[in-house]
Amino acid sequence: MNDISLTSGTTHSYLDQLEAESIHIMRETVAECEKTVMLYSIGKDSSVLLHLAMKAFYPGKPPFPLLHVDTTWKFREMIEFRDRRAKELGIDLMVHTNQDGVARGVGPITHGSELHTDVMKTQALRQALDLHGFDAAIGGARRDEDKSRAKERIFSFRNSHHRWDPKRQRPEPWRLFNAHKRKGESIRVFPLSNWTELDVWLYIHRENIPVVPLYFAKPRPVVNRGGVLIMVDDDRLPLEVNEVPQVRNVRFRTLGCYPLTGAVESEAATTEDIIRETLDSRHSERRDRVIDKDGSASMERKKQEGYF
Amino acid sequence: MNMHVSGLANPATLERDAILYNHETKSLLRFIACGSVDHGKSSLLGRLLFEAKLVLDDQIETLRKDSGQLTGAVEDLDFSLLFDGLSAEREQKITIDLAYRFFATEKRKFIVADAPGHEQYTRNMATGASTADLALILVNAQSGLTQQTRRHALIAATLGVRHLVVAVNKMDLVDFSQSAFAAIETDFRKFADRLGDVSITFIPVSARKGDNVVNRSPNMLWYRGPTLLDKLETVDVTPRAANEAFRMAVQWVSRPTADFRGYCGMIAGGEVRPGMEIIVQPSGQRTRIDSIVTADGVLDRAGVGRSVTLTLTDNVDVSRGDLLADAAAPSQVSDRISARIFWMGQGTLSPGGRYHIKLGTASAAANIAGPMHLIDLGQDATITPVDRLMNNEFGLCTLELDRPLAADRYDQNRETGSFILIDAETHDTVAMGLVEDAVIPAVAVTPATDTVRTSIVGKVFVRVARLLGANESHTRSIAKAMSWRATGSLDTFVIGFVITGNAAIAGSIAGTEILTKVALYYCHERVWALVPWGRR
Repeated sequence: MNDISLTSGTTHSYLDQLEAESIHIMRETVAECEKTVMLYSIGKDSSVLLHLAMKAFYPGKPPFPLLHVDTTWKFREMIEFRDRRAKELGIDLMVHTNQDGVARGVGPITHGSELHTDVMKTQALRQALDLHGFDAAIGGARRDEDKSRAKERIFSFRNSHHRWDPKRQRPEPWRLFNAHKRKGESIRVFPLSNWTELDVWLYIHRENIPVVPLYFAKPRPVVNRGGVLIMVDDDRLPLEVNEVPQVRNVRFRTLGCYPLTGAVESEAATTEDIIRETLDSRHSERRDRVIDKDGSASMERKKQEGYF
Repeated sequence: MNMHVSGLANPATLERDAILYNHETKSLLRFIACGSVDHGKSSLLGRLLFEAKLVLDDQIETLRKDSGQLTGAVEDLDFSLLFDGLSAEREQKITIDLAYRFFATEKRKFIVADAPGHEQYTRNMATGASTADLALILVNAQSGLTQQTRRHALIAATLGVRHLVVAVNKMDLVDFSQSAFAAIETDFRKFADRLGDVSITFIPVSARKGDNVVNRSPNMLWYRGPTLLDKLETVDVTPRAANEAFRMAVQWVSRPTADFRGYCGMIAGGEVRPGMEIIVQPSGQRTRIDSIVTADGVLDRAGVGRSVTLTLTDNVDVSRGDLLADAAAPSQVSDRISARIFWMGQGTLSPGGRYHIKLGTASAAANIAGPMHLIDLGQDATITPVDRLMNNEFGLCTLELDRPLAADRYDQNRETGSFILIDAETHDTVAMGLVEDAVIPAVAVTPATDTVRTSIVGKVFVRVARLLGANESHTRSIAKAMSWRATGSLDTFVIGFVITGNAAIAGSIAGTEILTKVALYYCHERVWALVPWGRR
């Protein structure tokens, strides 16, 4: 952290401003809502979100638990990281899996990415929120991720069926958030709305925030499926005839279910390397996600159905 | 829309660590882009990103698919397609909602509020302007200023946007003519005095061809000002409230252990230091700052825009909704607030309406009191008395609160001088409010009070109001008529008595006259008030 921003009241870099605004949003959420939860997806955005929550309520602990919706298809390193971080920080971590989906054997390979995401992520999230009666869920979505996200409010309302109505959004002038809910409504809160992928990495670098090692390049076994490099994380990934995993130097720009997340070939082994690579990149990060390609305007539709 | 990745001009030649440092410490400009439909706003923003090399390969690929232009030069693509986010928007080929865009250059990070042009979406424009430092207003060089242009400029100025950049677009369609550009500038300057204290920059551009967007135009050598990107990268972004008195609304009381009690909030004005005397408002208790606590350590001072936790030297009663202010320059505390209101609700706003108000972190019940005035943005902000405000209208009214709140005038502090109104039934945010004055007498305040006169936007209103005769309240006109008649009737009585020598006749002449002439004077006064001739 640089000393200029710490002691000076006026020279205030844009990262300081983003940080201060995100902290403000989290504090407003807990002050105005009855039962808040933070969705923790283990990715870099969640890591930043968690770090901001620790800062927002310092010297106390964040007054809300973390919730991880486990699809059972996450990278093994993600789960190890999740459990280690929760222990280190001494925070309450809840894990929810759609047991109905597990009983039906739903998975990305057998059922396709769209159904898997719907049952194991979207439905599972709704179950967890309803089960515990959370009226506010803080998440790490950013407006730069997708065209429809660019139009979503920071306090984004969902009806009792967890649906998003883009035409019924409340204006958010100044920093005045309206958390008044209609019956059955709940709120998704996005403190990182105004952050970009580059901002996230610069902040991780500046604040030394731990992230899952999968973001850093190292030799990993992958198979090439139609131009997308899929990592063979366990023996559940069926190999095609004559398909042999190759060891390549790869890393991930986003993390999700391993059969649905493409790796990129890279030499970036540190956060500085990643920032350099991001600066030079000619492609946006979601290009490597299989689920966003399920149909045009797919993110908008998924969100209307309750996807976070 | 991912336009966050800064493809810098030539990264290979730049010092890598310097880039990292630069990126972490650069400044932030929030601006709003607005303009009439078809004046080329989306195209200009798209062009800005393309010329700054911030449009990525997969986005260009998508753009080609969306526009059906699978071949041809990249320069000829329709960059406005980068932006229409919702399927309804793509189907109707219009922008419905406010969208936020992000991009960064070597000098700055930019957050762009991209506001739709249609009048029915004015609320989105007002929302975007509420946090913007600069407004980029698009004008079509062929068609010139429209009512929407004036409307957008007035809204931006009213909401405290300090810098206006008027981009005169489609210069290629008027042969890059200097006189066409100058005519629009002259036209705009004619009403610019109504905008108060804002800087205005005019830039001739062509979004379609890229002239003066990032690179200087070889077609307009007569233009010597900055390009659009130059302007965006160099405009002053120091928050105005940085020079104001210390303010912080308490968001959350932190009590992790029995011996720690801290007050969390974001600094909304000035600077705070340990030892400083502060006042807790509205209660009025005084105490001192003990320490400024953050996760990065204890600070020796902190300024506008920082989220901090403050501890106090005394055990005073402070809770969420209270305002901590510099004891030497506190906010006003009142249960009556006069305000400019921007009405965004579905129905109308009229006196007697009851709403929840959220001002800073404080909430209260608010009752709308008359009289109410409309600020007609379509008519250069003329002020007329009305009995209600319609959707997307700006007006003036008084709010009666069920408890006193602390507030500042909006032109002094955007954070402590702004509020929203929330509908008690639908829970929607139905109005934006800008505090004009928080300490007002029981008699209704009209735009002619001293408070309004001294505020920047107030000055504009008064100037316009004077033309319309609204700078004299009716009560004042009647009072003047009566005092004048008392003097006049005494005079009539004395003259009558001197001429007739009969006190009874003199008395009845003066007595009759007092009734007829009070009425005549009042009418005469109101008629003169409508005549601008001879005023200075």
